[in-house]
Amino acid sequence: MGRTTAIIIAAAAAVVILAGVLLFMLGRGTEKDVNQMDDELSEMKLPASDGTGPAPSVAAAAPATGNSLVVVSWGGAYTKSQIEAYHKPFEAKTGVKINSVDYNGGIAEIKVQVEAKNVTWDVVDMELADAQLACDEGLLEKIDAGTLPAAPDGTPALQDFVPNGITPCAVTTILFSHIVAFDTTKFETKKPSKLADFFNVKDFPGKRGMRKKSPKINLELALRADGVAGDKVYETLSTKAGVDRAFKKLDTIKDSVVWWEAGAQPPQLLADGEVTMTTGYNGRIFDAQIVEGKPFEIIWDGQLQELDVLGIVKGSSKLEAALQFIAFATDTQRLADQAKWIAYGPARKSSLPLVGKHFAKDIDMKPYMPNAPQNSTNAIQIDFLWWADHQEELNQRWAAWLAK
Amino acid sequence: MSAHQGAKLAEQFRLSGKRARRGTFLLVLPLLAFLMATFIFPIGAMLSRSIEDPTVATLLPRTAAALRSWNGKGRPPFSAYSALADDLKRANLEGTIGKVATRMNFERAGMRSLLIKTARVAHTFELPYAQAFNAVDLQWSEPELWGALRHASASTTAGYYASALDYSRTADGKWHQRAEEDQIYVTLFIRTLWVAGVVTGLCFLLGYPLAYFIAHLDERSRNLVLILVLLPFWTSLLVRTTAWIALLQTNGVVNDTLAALGGERLDLIHNMTGTLIAMTHILLPFMVLPAYSVMLSVPPALTRAAISLGASPWTAFWRVYFPMTLPGAAAGGLLVFILALGYYITPALVGGRTGQLISNMIEFHMKTSLNWGLAAALGGILLGGVLVLYIVYARVVGLNRLRLG
Repeated sequence: MGRTTAIIIAAAAAVVILAGVLLFMLGRGTEKDVNQMDDELSEMKLPASDGTGPAPSVAAAAPATGNSLVVVSWGGAYTKSQIEAYHKPFEAKTGVKINSVDYNGGIAEIKVQVEAKNVTWDVVDMELADAQLACDEGLLEKIDAGTLPAAPDGTPALQDFVPNGITPCAVTTILFSHIVAFDTTKFETKKPSKLADFFNVKDFPGKRGMRKKSPKINLELALRADGVAGDKVYETLSTKAGVDRAFKKLDTIKDSVVWWEAGAQPPQLLADGEVTMTTGYNGRIFDAQIVEGKPFEIIWDGQLQELDVLGIVKGSSKLEAALQFIAFATDTQRLADQAKWIAYGPARKSSLPLVGKHFAKDIDMKPYMPNAPQNSTNAIQIDFLWWADHQEELNQRWAAWLAK
Repeated sequence: MSAHQGAKLAEQFRLSGKRARRGTFLLVLPLLAFLMATFIFPIGAMLSRSIEDPTVATLLPRTAAALRSWNGKGRPPFSAYSALADDLKRANLEGTIGKVATRMNFERAGMRSLLIKTARVAHTFELPYAQAFNAVDLQWSEPELWGALRHASASTTAGYYASALDYSRTADGKWHQRAEEDQIYVTLFIRTLWVAGVVTGLCFLLGYPLAYFIAHLDERSRNLVLILVLLPFWTSLLVRTTAWIALLQTNGVVNDTLAALGGERLDLIHNMTGTLIAMTHILLPFMVLPAYSVMLSVPPALTRAAISLGASPWTAFWRVYFPMTLPGAAAGGLLVFILALGYYITPALVGGRTGQLISNMIEFHMKTSLNWGLAAALGGILLGGVLVLYIVYARVVGLNRLRLG
């Protein structure tokens, strides 16, 4: 009996592992086949001569006709907002089918695809800092800013986007914000109102939620809470004393912090009563506040704004369709439409006045935009170029600080 | 039978044996090919990244050649300036400057923007080059910066392994330990070993009695209890880990019960405690199953015989039964220990700040910082450590004494 059990268990484990690996490999194969089939199908329905799609290429055997695109993004409510605002109208306009794929950020997957010359993703939604790194590493196609549509009033795209909104390889879609949110039921007598209150555990008791992934955000928040002016943050962080100061500030709440990793966690931690205050992405907190009716409040003071961009994976076989998609998705109307679905600010100045009401709730979305004037009085934009230079040394120190 | 016939027969035997071996070999060939393609080759390729360092040598070839003749002391030779001006100009044209810049930033913070900035204007450089470089940024007058370039221009490097042990090097090539606030990997290696050891110990303390209990049940209830052991084993790792979060969090089931009983709420998750609890639970079947199947093969008559010869029940267990089941427990222990060394999803989810292990850093360098060389070096050290432990184990305990059933 003993022997048999062991053999059965071992065999079962082996079969599971083998099946997993095979499925994985097959899955990758079929994914491609499906794309190819989609190409063929949509080509049958829609002759490429109607002028909307690029003309059929000479190499007809390759799935490069551009009638389907793989667009990769972060999933959840965010991907939904993109499907509603970009994908559906783009499909209706051009007949190009969009396959939406979820990922979790980072550029490792792109690097693997490009290095293995097996590019299955076309357009990727990424953080600006990652896009910059990927661009430097030659993992993204260049995008000519001249091909982006001008604003309705004729302002060229380059002037219409927020600062740093257009980089050589990427075009910004939204501006999101790292903010502090708290549970109002936990502070009934005295409510926190400024960033410094996040670091004041004595007057505003309870655990704090913070993002574990990187020193980025946390060091800036610590310095701003410690009284460093917005325009002096990166200057201060460029010195050893400045970095020490930031870590010293973080030391004051180190024992009260619950560390989170995914964007869905902060509202969950607040709702579960695990923390009374947390840093988080404003869009996620908005969803919890408005859509789920949770008693949360956002402190806009000291918010850190960051940009999210679209880029094209180097070697994509559907470069033209991908460029067409990005130009379409980042035009004034599309960016304004997206704000109906999620509380992230449109990257074009011309889109902001067009932002309307939430798609389900009867509320005006403008006051919830991170770049709304009343929210951004004390805001700074995260300096992605500064981080590109300093991330290695600070990541090391951050990891060491966390582990101790 | 004549000698001739005998020789012929022997020949036939030999041939048929050879054929059978060839047949067996052909049968395992797909598996071998599969292992080569999916296991040995990728691991080899990954490990080679931990010592390979071709970026600077191939993308700034003239600079690399010029700096090789320099001893790293004092100012770099003039030829290095002109070579770098040439190389940067070309790298900027070919769009490879980003790769060099990213690579150099691993050596020295700020090199990334410095190189990109300099490359952008390198086509305007004129003699004397040294001044042209200093005009772009005064950092170019620091020998340390050229030293960093010089180290990176060798096509193989020990730098990743040194970094993985918290060492870094100065411009003239001397190794020194990193500043204390930057030391991390050695601490994490030790912590990983410690966690693996504690989890193995806990698994033994919990798993051995359980295996004993199951092995001494009657056949029907035995299968039922065995299913209870196997059921979590078949459940997704993520589901089990998340279930522990629901149980152990501040307002979770365990703490609510504690509070209802008048106790204080404890920090049971998002720290080392959480990592230990969740990992012990997840790895427990790997201890129970081998121990259990070895216990089944121990004849119950032996313990009875010992008792009938006057041994106390404890002596009978300790002197007769336990040594016979030790190979199973040892095999389970080895399985648990080695699996625990590489664990990463569970600590990532429930480990919080203090419950992170070395594999979490490997994941970070693979996915976020893209420093694959360092990730490979950390992985290489972990792999080497496991092999050493395995060999020590084989010497001390003896592999022939391990039994899985």
